This record gives sequence, C-alpha cells and structure tokens, in this order.
Amino acid sequence: MISAYYFGSIALIMIGLYTVLVKKNLLKILVGLSIMETGVNLLLISIGYISGRSAPILSEGVGPNQAVDPIPQALVLTAIVIGVATTAMALSVAILLYKKYGTLNIEEIRRLRG
Amino acid sequence: MIHPYPSASGWVADFIIAVMIGVAIFAVEWRDLLGAVVGMAAVSLFASILFYFLQAPDVAMTEAAIGAALSGAVFIFALKRTVRYETEEEEKPGWWLRW
Amino acid sequence: MVSVLKRAIAIAFILIIGYWIASALSHVPFGADKMLVGNYYLQHVENQTGAINAVTAIVVNYRGFDTLGEVTVLFIASTGVAALLWERKRKRTARTEGTIVLTTGTRLLFPFILLFGSYIFIHGHLTPGGGFPGGATIATGFLLMYLAFTTYRIPHRGFEVSEGLAGMGYVIVGLIGLAVGGYFLFDWIWQTWKIGTVGNLVSGGFIPVIYTLIAIKVGTELSGIVDNMLREGSS
Repeated sequence: MISAYYFGSIALIMIGLYTVLVKKNLLKILVGLSIMETGVNLLLISIGYISGRSAPILSEGVGPNQAVDPIPQALVLTAIVIGVATTAMALSVAILLYKKYGTLNIEEIRRLRG
Repeated sequence: MIHPYPSASGWVADFIIAVMIGVAIFAVEWRDLLGAVVGMAAVSLFASILFYFLQAPDVAMTEAAIGAALSGAVFIFALKRTVRYETEEEEKPGWWLRW
Repeated sequence: MVSVLKRAIAIAFILIIGYWIASALSHVPFGADKMLVGNYYLQHVENQTGAINAVTAIVVNYRGFDTLGEVTVLFIASTGVAALLWERKRKRTARTEGTIVLTTGTRLLFPFILLFGSYIFIHGHLTPGGGFPGGATIATGFLLMYLAFTTYRIPHRGFEVSEGLAGMGYVIVGLIGLAVGGYFLFDWIWQTWKIGTVGNLVSGGFIPVIYTLIAIKVGTELSGIVDNMLREGSS
C-alpha cells in the first residue's frame, strides 16, 4: 500500500502520458506535458518529506534534526521556473506551425510535410 | 498539544489529492482548450497547497506564482494566436502504420 | 471503433507503467528519514554559509554552479522565444480596454507587487522564497500591467541591458571567489570576512547578492516572454 501523495503523483504522470499518447491537438499535448511535470515535482517533494518535521528553515525551535530533506526542494525550485520557460518555447513553435499549416492537428501537420 | 505545522497526512490532504486528479482528468478531456488551460492552472494550485503540507514553502510559493499565473497566461496567449477548440476528425485508413 | 482500440492500447500501456512506478516506490517508505547528504547540509548550513534557510543555501551556495547552468537554460529558452516569434513589424492587437476596476486596481497594486517581490528575494536567506519566486512575482506584476492597458509595453531596451548585466554579475561574483578562495563561486563574503550575524538581514555571505541578480534575470526574462507572446505581426 503506497501513500496518497505517491498515488496522486503517479496518477498525474499517467494522465499526462495518456494525453501525449492519444490526443492529436498540439496544445492539448503541451497541457498534458505540464500536468506530467507537476506530477514529477510532487513525487520528488513527497519522497523528501519526513513525518513530524518542519520546513528546512532553521530558527528557534527548529534544529538541524527537526527539518525535512532540503535537497529535493532545491531541485524542484529551479525546475519549475525552467519548466515554464521551455513550455513557452514549445508554444512559440506551435504558433509557428499553426501559421504555416493552418492547423494544430499533428496528423495533418505530418501529412502536409514537404 | 496543538501541532504547529499542517499535517501532511489526513483527510484534507486526501481530499485535495482526489480533487486534483479529477480536475486533471477534466483538463485532459475538455474539447474547449481554454477550459483545459484553466484546469491545468487549477492542478498547479492544488499541487501548491500539497507542497505547503509537505513542508516545502519555497516550492509552494514558486508553484503558485508560476504554475497558476504565468504558465496559464502564456498558454492563453498562444490560444489567442491559434484556435480555441479542439476538432475531432474521423480516422483515415492506414492509421495503424502512422500511430 | 479505431479510436476506442487506440485508447484501450494506450490505457493498458499506461497502467503497466503506473504499476511499475508504484512497485518501485513501495520500497521507498513515505515519511521516513532517508537523508544522507542532506543531513550534512542541515548540520553545517549556519556555520558554513551564514544562512538559516537551508534550501536557499543549497541552491546558491553549495550547488551554485548548477544554478548558473539553470539560469543559462532559462536565458536560452527566453532568447529562443524571442527568435522564433521575431517579425519585422509587430504590435499588440488587443482592442478592448480593461474595465475601470481592472485599471484602477492595477495602478494601485502594481507598486505593491514589485515591493513584495523585492521583499521575497532580499530575504531569501531568512524566510521562504528567494530569487526564483521573487522574480516570478515581479513578472506577474508586469503581466497584470499588460492585461489592464492595451498599449502598455515594458521598457525592453532597459530590460535587456539589466538582464545581461545580471548574468555578467553572477559570473563576476564567481570569478572573484576564484581569485580569493581558489575555486569558482567561493563564498568570499562569508568565508573570509564573516560580515553580519546569523539570522539578521545582513548575513548569509553572497547569497543576497546572487539572489538579487537571479531575481532581476528571472523577472526580466519572464516579462520578456510575455511581451514576445503578446505582440503579433501584421499579417
């Protein structure tokens, strides 16, 4: 039996993967990729959690032995910001494809190649 | 003694996880892409609450500012320059080769 | 019929992958103490870096070189958006002006959003936050200006200059560390001078300096992405 957080992150990853595999619309695929990214971030943070401990900000009452693992948080902090920038780049590629082909359907775009 | 930190395991967290998965399924299945983008932003917002429960306030702040505001806005600007509705078309012969 | 078959294959494939991840994670107990190197960081963070927020200390100090690479990725992505959407004559195509509630609220809130973003990144070594959320908050303020006023544009020339100067400042701080302490991104402010006391605003070595530079870089780049996505060509 796995934790609810693990279940939620795995469900988000599966939903995103389903979108990428089945859907035809390019923007819908990018929405699925964003959901998948949120799921991966949630999985990393929930692996670093230690029950009964507080955030890794040392102050009065919170010693070094009463904080959760700070390394996944540092990893995810930068990954979120980079995620939105790369998503914006993928969206501008989608805008250019729509300008050239007049559609966002990936099957159509593949057929109109050349 | 009242615990000073939000509890990471409890019915509130389970409820938020359930709502988050439901919104994610809706976001993927909606034909209207504007609704899909708003659903994606809502998933990010629920994930931000979960980050706070998991004692990661730095990540929660970043996710709330980026995932719920900027990411959704960038998607909506792209929608404005393309089409809003997803069209479902019939399958062409030879789909099993391409797919 | 075909679509149903395709969906069934995809769902079966995804269920196999989900079961695989779940069975791998069943050996990783939720909420147990699994720290190895994180424990070292938590024990020594106050002594070695002068910051009390361990996440900030890891992002800027212990793994500052990774953060430099990530800022570079951010810069490449924002430049890529600008290059892909470049056209000779571009202008904003929004026609409906914001309502009186939106414009008045934006005029009132915009300085406070910038102030709050500055608070987040200046106090990054003491409270939750830092350069990445602070810069994102500042970019959200400029996004609000774009939504409220149809003719608004960021001063893009100044933004580009400050973005380049912030990136250069990061490398220069690292090179000073190389000259003083012998390796790139050595914390020369805290390790050699010990300025400030732990827990005060003036502490944390070069963490506030570098996080201010990162916040300027992130804020200008995300605002630039919004600006590039909103201006369309005439065709």
